[in-house]
Amino acid sequence: MVDLKNIKTILATDCGSTTTKAILIECINGEYRLTFRGEAPTTVEAPFEDVTRGVLNSIIELEELSGKKILDGEKFINTSSENTDGIDIYISTSSAGGGLQMMVGGVVRSMTGESAQRAALGAGAIVMDILASNDGRLYHEKVKRIRELRPDMVLLSGGVDGGTVSHVVELAEIIKTANPKPRLGMNYKLPVIYAGNNKAQENVQDVIGDISDLLVVPNIRPTLEEENLKPSRDKIHDLFMEHVMAQAPGYNKLMEWTDFPIMPTPGAVGEIIKKISEVENISVVGVDIGGATTDVFSVFNGEFNRTVSANLGMSYSICNVLSEAGVSNVSRWVPFKIESLKLTNRIANKMIRPTTIPQSLEDLKIEQALAREALKLSFIQHKEFAVSLKGVQQERTISDTFDQKMSGETIVNMKELDLIVGSGGVLSHAPRRSQAMRMLIDSFLPEGITQIAVDSIFMMPQLGVLSTFHEKAALEVFHKDCLIKLGSCVAPLGQYKINQDLLQYEISTDEKKYKGHLKYGELLLLPISSGKYSCVIKPNRNVDIGFGKGNDFIGEIYGGEVGIVLDGRGREIYFSADENERINQILEWSHQTNEYNKEEINV
Amino acid sequence: MSKSYTPGLKVVRDAKVSKERRLPLKGNVHVNIDDIVSSDTIIASTEIPGNVQMINIANQLNIDPNQIENCMLVKINDNVEKNQLIAQSKGLFGMFKTDVKSPIDGKIINVSNITGQVVVSEHPIPINVDAYIPGKVKDVYNNEGILIDSIGTFVQGIIGIGGEKQGKMHVLVDNPSDKVKISSITNSLKDKIVVCGSYIDLEIYKKAKSIGVKGIVCGGIDYNVISEILGYSLGVAITGTEDTTTLILTEGFGNINMALKTFNILKENNNKDVSINGATQIRAGVLRPEIFIKSDGSGESKDFKENDLVISIGSIVRVIREPYFGKIGKISSLPYELDQMESETKVRVAEVKFEDSTKKIIPRANLEVILSS
Repeated sequence: MVDLKNIKTILATDCGSTTTKAILIECINGEYRLTFRGEAPTTVEAPFEDVTRGVLNSIIELEELSGKKILDGEKFINTSSENTDGIDIYISTSSAGGGLQMMVGGVVRSMTGESAQRAALGAGAIVMDILASNDGRLYHEKVKRIRELRPDMVLLSGGVDGGTVSHVVELAEIIKTANPKPRLGMNYKLPVIYAGNNKAQENVQDVIGDISDLLVVPNIRPTLEEENLKPSRDKIHDLFMEHVMAQAPGYNKLMEWTDFPIMPTPGAVGEIIKKISEVENISVVGVDIGGATTDVFSVFNGEFNRTVSANLGMSYSICNVLSEAGVSNVSRWVPFKIESLKLTNRIANKMIRPTTIPQSLEDLKIEQALAREALKLSFIQHKEFAVSLKGVQQERTISDTFDQKMSGETIVNMKELDLIVGSGGVLSHAPRRSQAMRMLIDSFLPEGITQIAVDSIFMMPQLGVLSTFHEKAALEVFHKDCLIKLGSCVAPLGQYKINQDLLQYEISTDEKKYKGHLKYGELLLLPISSGKYSCVIKPNRNVDIGFGKGNDFIGEIYGGEVGIVLDGRGREIYFSADENERINQILEWSHQTNEYNKEEINV
Repeated sequence: MSKSYTPGLKVVRDAKVSKERRLPLKGNVHVNIDDIVSSDTIIASTEIPGNVQMINIANQLNIDPNQIENCMLVKINDNVEKNQLIAQSKGLFGMFKTDVKSPIDGKIINVSNITGQVVVSEHPIPINVDAYIPGKVKDVYNNEGILIDSIGTFVQGIIGIGGEKQGKMHVLVDNPSDKVKISSITNSLKDKIVVCGSYIDLEIYKKAKSIGVKGIVCGGIDYNVISEILGYSLGVAITGTEDTTTLILTEGFGNINMALKTFNILKENNNKDVSINGATQIRAGVLRPEIFIKSDGSGESKDFKENDLVISIGSIVRVIREPYFGKIGKISSLPYELDQMESETKVRVAEVKFEDSTKKIIPRANLEVILSS
């Protein structure tokens, strides 16, 4: 094990499904900073079929940019006192090879089934299906489904401790009957983690002990009121390394190279989101929009949730975004006229050549239109999933008569949300930061006052894995080099009449006082740089900016690289039904927020 | 130097092609190393478990699950016939017995004294795997499949639908920019694999399918047409299991001409036996649709190496994204510095000299090396 005190140079890679990103973190004057970054296409596919080719290429790019030698052939050079070349430690995350694909099972779909899903998602897996005693499918349909999906791993839960045994055993019997073969490699037994009723452990062992590699962990839902996800998540991480990664092309070699276990990319991003919320004591929503999937993370009142929208992404699954959102919802964000046939063909061509990038402004605008819809759909899915535990008995007093909350309600409260962090190519690499800010606002529809930030160059996965053993280095880099605070969004809730006065604002910076009115339908940008500024917002009496109708906000607000956006477009955003008017609307919003070059806005 | 790889598609003569043919589950391999196989030789077979039916015996006999073994008339692994008595209650004084009969022909695979359920499986379904391409058996994977080596023309498409097909290839047009007429799709094309040059529409596809054409190779098709053929929107490009006439696009979606080199190489093989597969998986472990035509082996076989996919000065490339989508040119310079595009994106670029001698700066990521011979 490496001594943390001696770590001065850290090399970290993230092997994504499209590109492999390498970053170099160095300790300069006692402070850890990101110094260089390189990237190269991921090489899990033919003709290379070896993930380490892409890793080496991304490192070679780092070497070229930094002028520092890291590799001696295919071996890392270790730092030494007489040589400034080399590294002290190498770590990696991975989502290549399709990530970790799991099936989960529980007796009641909305209770133990969802708890199992939460555990799997939290560990960074894609949940292919939830098997439940009450999911409405017949026995043979479930068997067929398991056989077809061939998951990498199964997490079986069900029943509270001391609860139902027969239903849990029935699920085990279904797995036994299906006897699924793992997706990768024919010669090893399917790993099954049992995290259900402790009284059924022996029975489950009897049923599937022979046909699977069964591992028993403490119950995921020991009582209805309690969820215990950690043992299952930890076991999933272990098995991910031992089974799944070991089968993917080139990973055996990569595993030998790394000094700490390789983490699934989404699991690592989740780690860093949790850290931000914990250190700053705020509620956070994070999103990582990738080529194939979009992950959404949230922490509200200390409760962490992650969802993965497996087929909402910007390249491999871009057509699925089109299909789920509908052509009209995508094209409403496009500020020019384009035939639907031409639009769909262009988008489909991105799907089949996923590594291409938009060269023309027109193409960029189409991609950013799609990103808005992909983010929006993913966030809707997240809100539906991030709910309080279902099935919990609520104790109510007379004071709750008019404010009764059901179990199973979403815990994502937009008015309480303090910070949205965006990550992933389309956000981190947007040519202008204002574009990233607009995409996040247009899709997440923050209410009240919310800070917006992006991962500068998409390094949250690497920092996530770093945070598991070197929190200081991870947080220093995160605050200084990773997180770019774009500013804040002030958005009244609800819908009003066009041009109706919504609020008055007054924000004072050292140089200038920003003062004015916001009308319904308007989008304004105040170019206020990073820092905290005193602010007074006085909404009209029927307008709510998150503190109740007509209630003022007097306090501090954050500026940022983009500034403070005053969003009077309503929640949901109002679009004109007339195409020409809609285009003008979008062009005006773009103009106001400095989204594109002024002369190019009319492309 | 760092290397820029591109997702080059192979369009090659006398290529050495190795194909793994694997069973979905372990079974029997019927050929040996060095055997010569034709595309339709069955090289391995296995059986996949039949569909299952679950019978809740405890409920039907109104007994506790832990009592069902006393009432079972058959054991695990016993074969049963439809309507065969498989369980019976003890009744009252030997009378009023309740019977449970098997709903299907099959085998008892589980009797659970915890859930009180019995699972009967239908007879296994046989699966045969053919060689798909003619060639020589290079390796045998015990009980799993084989590796076949062959030499021939190998053309990859960009996306396809439908699975493996074999048949005689028939080129329907004279030029890669020609569009095939509906009147050219005649009954004589039944069981053939047809090459259609440029773009086809839904009407042509439907007619070809109704005639019994096994496969179609063309430059492009509208995305919406693919959705209509499939009956659903193609959200992610994972295909190959569709039970339809196999379709392979060589260029992409839209009205696009087939690349001249691809067209010429296919035309050279007119009326030859071909193996095609529309299966595509554009995700990790990319799989592109393919066309293979075995050669007589007199040419010199070629292998492509990692470096063949590296863009270098002089590489022949095709632009694979707007605004120069489909144009072919030669790399004239590879600037080291990042360059700003019209979209304001800063990227690594290449200077490409097109066939009309104009030069344009294109992001390297938007280029595809043309691997050909």
